[in-house]
Amino acid sequence: MTGTAPNSTAPKTVGAAKLAVRVSAITTLNALVTRFEFQRIDGADFPTFSGGAHTVVEMMDGEKKRLNPYSLMSDPAELSTYAISVRRDDQGRGGSLFMHQKIKVGDEMALSYPVNLFVLDLRARKHLFVAGGIGITPFLAQIKQLEAIGGNWELHYSCRSPDLGSYVDELTEYYPHATSVYYDDKKQLIDLDNLLDGQPFGTHLYVCGPKGMIDWVRKTATATGWPQAHVHHEEFFAPQPGRPFAVRLKKSELTVEVGAQESLLEAIERLGVDAPYLCRGGACGQCETDVLDSDGTFLHRDHWLEDDEKESGEKIMPCVSRFEGKILVLNR
Amino acid sequence: MTLQFNTETFRDDYSFHNSQRAIDRFPFPFHEDSYMYAVNMERHQGGPADSVYEKRFDVDEHYVAEMADRAKVLGDDPLRCQSLPHMTLAGWDLLELIMVSKSEEYPDLFELHRKGREWYWINKPLGIEDHFTFMDDTTLPYGPMEYITRQTQGDFCVLDQREDNLWMDAGMVTTQADWSLDFDIGMNFFEWHAPVPLAHEKGIFKRALKFLLNIQQGAPARRLNWTMTVNPLLDTSPENYHKWGIQKTTLTSENIGAKQHLRVELQTFFRLPRSNALVFPIRCYLMSFQDIVSKPKWGRRLNRVVRDLPEELASYKGFIDNRPLMLDYLSQFDDGLPTSFGVWPDEDITPTLQR
Amino acid sequence: MSTFEFPPSIRSRPVYCVLEARPGKAHLMIADAEGAEALIDLALRAPELMAKAHVIYIPKATDFGAALNALNPAQYYEGPSYSAAVSRIKRVFSDASMGLQIYLSGTEGLMGQALSEAMQAGYDHTAIQTEHRGSLARRMQCVHCKGITEDVSNDPFQCSHCGLNLFVRDHYSRRLAAFQGVCIDAEEPGNVPPSKELYS
Repeated sequence: MTGTAPNSTAPKTVGAAKLAVRVSAITTLNALVTRFEFQRIDGADFPTFSGGAHTVVEMMDGEKKRLNPYSLMSDPAELSTYAISVRRDDQGRGGSLFMHQKIKVGDEMALSYPVNLFVLDLRARKHLFVAGGIGITPFLAQIKQLEAIGGNWELHYSCRSPDLGSYVDELTEYYPHATSVYYDDKKQLIDLDNLLDGQPFGTHLYVCGPKGMIDWVRKTATATGWPQAHVHHEEFFAPQPGRPFAVRLKKSELTVEVGAQESLLEAIERLGVDAPYLCRGGACGQCETDVLDSDGTFLHRDHWLEDDEKESGEKIMPCVSRFEGKILVLNR
Repeated sequence: MTLQFNTETFRDDYSFHNSQRAIDRFPFPFHEDSYMYAVNMERHQGGPADSVYEKRFDVDEHYVAEMADRAKVLGDDPLRCQSLPHMTLAGWDLLELIMVSKSEEYPDLFELHRKGREWYWINKPLGIEDHFTFMDDTTLPYGPMEYITRQTQGDFCVLDQREDNLWMDAGMVTTQADWSLDFDIGMNFFEWHAPVPLAHEKGIFKRALKFLLNIQQGAPARRLNWTMTVNPLLDTSPENYHKWGIQKTTLTSENIGAKQHLRVELQTFFRLPRSNALVFPIRCYLMSFQDIVSKPKWGRRLNRVVRDLPEELASYKGFIDNRPLMLDYLSQFDDGLPTSFGVWPDEDITPTLQR
Repeated sequence: MSTFEFPPSIRSRPVYCVLEARPGKAHLMIADAEGAEALIDLALRAPELMAKAHVIYIPKATDFGAALNALNPAQYYEGPSYSAAVSRIKRVFSDASMGLQIYLSGTEGLMGQALSEAMQAGYDHTAIQTEHRGSLARRMQCVHCKGITEDVSNDPFQCSHCGLNLFVRDHYSRRLAAFQGVCIDAEEPGNVPPSKELYS
């Protein structure tokens, strides 16, 4: 809708606002996870953010532009620096490997403004956090936010092993009574049934971690009478690779071949076409695109479109969804 | 330029008036000769110099008088400003947004000095100087939202974002187009718009909500809405409808040009950083019919819009009974000549009224 | 039969369902008058709930108390009015844990007020089940004086506090547990149409 208002009184722009930054510190936390800190090139403070927010990191990998979302894990009250923690994913599409192997202190990059799709419900009488592995990152910022306003919280954090327990030391040192840590290699499991039983009325439950953990927590919560509105989860859907396919962009009068390893949105951006986005994970709805013509099968992987919209063949979320077939024409 | 603030009232003797500058910069809401609901959102990042779109929070000649009217309304009915308990953080976000914006954009009128959490705020037009501690409610005479919106024109709805919806969980509402914050507080986007006809069926609210949920920090948006008000009455609340409703019956062909006002709302939307809430300021601009028709293009167009508006909308906007009288007046200023596209008065290219 | 099919209305007007058993650690059931029938129906379908159920019942002019008590809930309370019961309801919420399921049935006024209490205790309203039974009378707020008039079954009606003639809107506030009443003769004082029974 932006830029289409017929009575427009404003300059027309599309796309997210960006922050030009320099990498100010790189800290290896363990064999898998590295923390990156950024400062603004213009020396100004970063925008304030809310715990749970992410930023989309723009990486120039040669000719290829990679855009990956990472949770902001620094203190929301400390605005000279933004920090993210990146877990190396050897099987992924290469963004995390690029960060680990290519990025050096002093490199210039661009970050998006913070966007929060995993916000604290401030009505909660208590915030109960369940984290798995790198899923700890949004909670680090949320904990700092709650500490600043005197919120009531409790964290249950499951890691593979003490060696891979990112931020365990910091959490157990500062918040020994609110933090419980569980190690897979010591066969320590979160006793979820017991944990969910007896929580004060008005508690909200938040889970972030591998898909299996999210499903387990949500299912157990429902089975023990927790309403959906009190259970929150953060799950980024990285775009899945698939078969290459061709797409015609009607407005831009261009045709592009979407490669096996890139998303439809990335292919559109590769041509220099300005397409809106926020989360790049199928959750926010910003990149919703009208389909003008198609002959084939849509592989909808987003959490945004309603089922009837998916079936209609008239909409696609190019950040995560793909297509298999002969013809796909988009209004872009 | 240095602003001159009007001495004027929005009640009793209704001494409200618009200067030539205010008429020139009035946000006329119709970009073509007819009107139907549309989402019509655009970025709120500046606009033509001296237009109402230029600054994040426009301050105009009515500022001091509007704030006096707000204080009077709140004195009579403190429930016009409410904040559910979980919205205090959003109130601080809003206070920061307004203080930073105004001190940057109107440095001759407002100053903000910050040293860590110790803040010093100077509002020269209202003669306010306060030292306070940011995020400490006990250091201000009101809650943060009430404090700053007693010093800012327009109504304010502060919307919590949850479950893919927006919730009207706090607000300062004293210049409303006939809706009650006390009644609507706690409702979601579809619920507080429930009484609006036609737009639900057209899917307007569903699309608008999707847009609003995605408004991000650093990228505010805006749109216009409008209605009609007899007399320049800011507080057209349902609470007082039994008192002001009767004024709608006082229009005559002699007084309509001065008494009947087009009421335009400049609605803006900002994402608030700490709370992730959305603030929705609704800034009201009033202009009498006689001032509108001083712009030939606006006079022609307003006649056509009022004439062709569907009955449901004329009824919902509360002027169905007065429409014939309005058209008797407005049609004098419509000679049938074409109008240029867009909202601006285009005086350089618009022919004067042909008789 | 105590059920009524409400005509389609605007988005703020509550819609009611048929109570269904849901998994939970405890079950709170609050009903007035014919609302008892909805609880009895629920218990017939899911008798296992009752061993963990707390029933709060306001009979008004009906006589379902014995039948409800015979369902053998873990706790049973019968009160003469909602205002007599409300302090108990608040206490139940302050003692409650997550995993509590809430079932409300009966008049709109009873369900609305109990739901509002649960919300104030920090519970999301979408998780609460409501089944309408019995009287169609509404709890109305006068938008002008803010006074609540209970059991309004005619439109327009006179505000029991300020005396204005109000028409009955479908616009509904969950927080106030009330529909909105607005002055009907503001633009023509004294011109008040004859009052009709709601839904007639």
